[in-house]
Amino acid sequence: MRIRRGPGRQAAAGWLFVTPFTILLVAFLLLPMAYAAKLSLYRSTLVEGEVFAWLDNYRQALGDPELRRGVVRVIVFGVVQTPVMIALALAFALIIDHATSRLSRFFRLAAFVPYAVPVVIGTLMWGFLYSPRTGLFSALGNPDFLSSDWVLYSLGNVVTWQWAGYNMIVLYAALQGLPREVYESARIDGAGPLQIALRIKTPMISAAIVLVTIFTIIGTLQFFTEPLILQPLNPGAITNSYTPNVYAYHQAFSYQQYNYSAAISFLLGAVVFIGSYIFLFVTRRRSALR
Amino acid sequence: MSTVTMDGASTRAAAPVPRRRTARFGAGRIASHAVMAVMAVYFLLPFWWLLMAATKNNDGLFDSRPLWFGGDFSLFDNLSALFTQSDGIYLKWLRNSALYSVVSGFGATAVAALAGYAFAKLEFRGRNALFATLLGLIMVPMTALVLPTYLLMSEIGLTDSIWAVILPSLLNPFGVYLLRVYAHDSVPDEMLEAARIDGAGEFRVFRSVALPAMRPALVTVLLFTMVATWNNFFLPLVMLSNDDLFPLTVGLRTWYQSATIGSGGGEALFNVIVAGSLVAIIPLIIAFLMLQRYWRGGLTIGAVK
Repeated sequence: MRIRRGPGRQAAAGWLFVTPFTILLVAFLLLPMAYAAKLSLYRSTLVEGEVFAWLDNYRQALGDPELRRGVVRVIVFGVVQTPVMIALALAFALIIDHATSRLSRFFRLAAFVPYAVPVVIGTLMWGFLYSPRTGLFSALGNPDFLSSDWVLYSLGNVVTWQWAGYNMIVLYAALQGLPREVYESARIDGAGPLQIALRIKTPMISAAIVLVTIFTIIGTLQFFTEPLILQPLNPGAITNSYTPNVYAYHQAFSYQQYNYSAAISFLLGAVVFIGSYIFLFVTRRRSALR
Repeated sequence: MSTVTMDGASTRAAAPVPRRRTARFGAGRIASHAVMAVMAVYFLLPFWWLLMAATKNNDGLFDSRPLWFGGDFSLFDNLSALFTQSDGIYLKWLRNSALYSVVSGFGATAVAALAGYAFAKLEFRGRNALFATLLGLIMVPMTALVLPTYLLMSEIGLTDSIWAVILPSLLNPFGVYLLRVYAHDSVPDEMLEAARIDGAGEFRVFRSVALPAMRPALVTVLLFTMVATWNNFFLPLVMLSNDDLFPLTVGLRTWYQSATIGSGGGEALFNVIVAGSLVAIIPLIIAFLMLQRYWRGGLTIGAVK
């Protein structure tokens, strides 16, 4: 039975097919964004209830020293941890691309397995390993990995452990997609494996390097789970305002400051959103997401 | 973005790979193998520690060498303590994690398949505008949305239910983008036309022509959504307060919190937490080893231009 034919029928089906996705997009992305924006413009008071407060919450956020410290902390973390991890991932990817042996196949798996583990459990395991009572480092005189001087590095290690292998696989996949002839000819010209890796392979996968860097930076700005899990081990070092996301969470659930929390969430979302597009735009020649 | 490869294995088969000289034992080869050996130890060390720790009771956990057996062999005692602690709540958490990840995984994949196919292959008014909106929003960070979504859902009384975790997990803009790109390249227009001429309705065309052609990409999206939901922490942490509804991640964190703060005999929980962590990651590691092909395939997308 043929009912309607041609573009009319296709148009109806097209709309029908994208409807579930569109509903979800509105309900769980656009509406929450709009709602957060609205909440962030109000202030809840005991006497008057909800009152319109213009940009007071944002003014408070920009002048809030705790939030500022959290922002500086994730930036410092990102500036140190991101390059270290991407450099490690790139080095591993170049090594496993060059060396084909049983060890390199095993290493590829070993490096990637931490990615399959929930962040909560990865962090729990490192929490035990750092602990002076159950940990590994009694031979080193039990350095206090969770003291306020060291905890950022300890968190950096957890993140690197969990994500270096993932980034390695992405870069490795890009390397595997390169045409082999290019470095065959470089080899004939007398280039060694190290020169080929650094001068030929690395520039050729710059698009993938940019991509993993963006995703790492986005993840860093939203840093939440690792500090929240380790918080009970040293609440003096990992404070309730340790990162912007931890701060927003505690503002909502420990202090019931929903309006202020919404303003922080909205600011954070906007910064990540605008930041990633600026980054994409600046690096667009090299980016795969053109 | 010209080619998108879903399957890492076929990428390698497609490019003619000249035989590499594997018999060379230069200094570089030794150095790179040393690096790999050392770093493999680093990546696997926490797992080895977990395996050893799961065989110890609390005394052994605190007093024996961390990387070897010590004290009484208590693996089975730990497991039975794990499954009986708080009336077997761990099993509920395990079941919740499975439920959330299976329902979200299949649901999100179905939604993304329909939308991705429609964006790639069906002509309808507003298609380009809607797809541009999607692309524009793909970079909105999901964690910044968790608190607003919670506040919104609490207005309509939907928090603290399984839907509070499942419904937001169904939205996967990146999956839609991925399936659009894949459908565009891998679903042949002639076959769609042929099916239409044979009188098949649009849904029939989608099911019998497009879906089979999109299979590798569908498996990848399914796998990634399931693992993402299984591992998710922030969303269920915020949405749920009834511990019967917790997934494993939130449940283990509550135990860890009471154990480290040491309130109310919480310290006795450490061996249970270790056993619980081990049991929680075993299905993931098995799935990961069995489905390696798809994992790597999924990561190739976006990286390959």
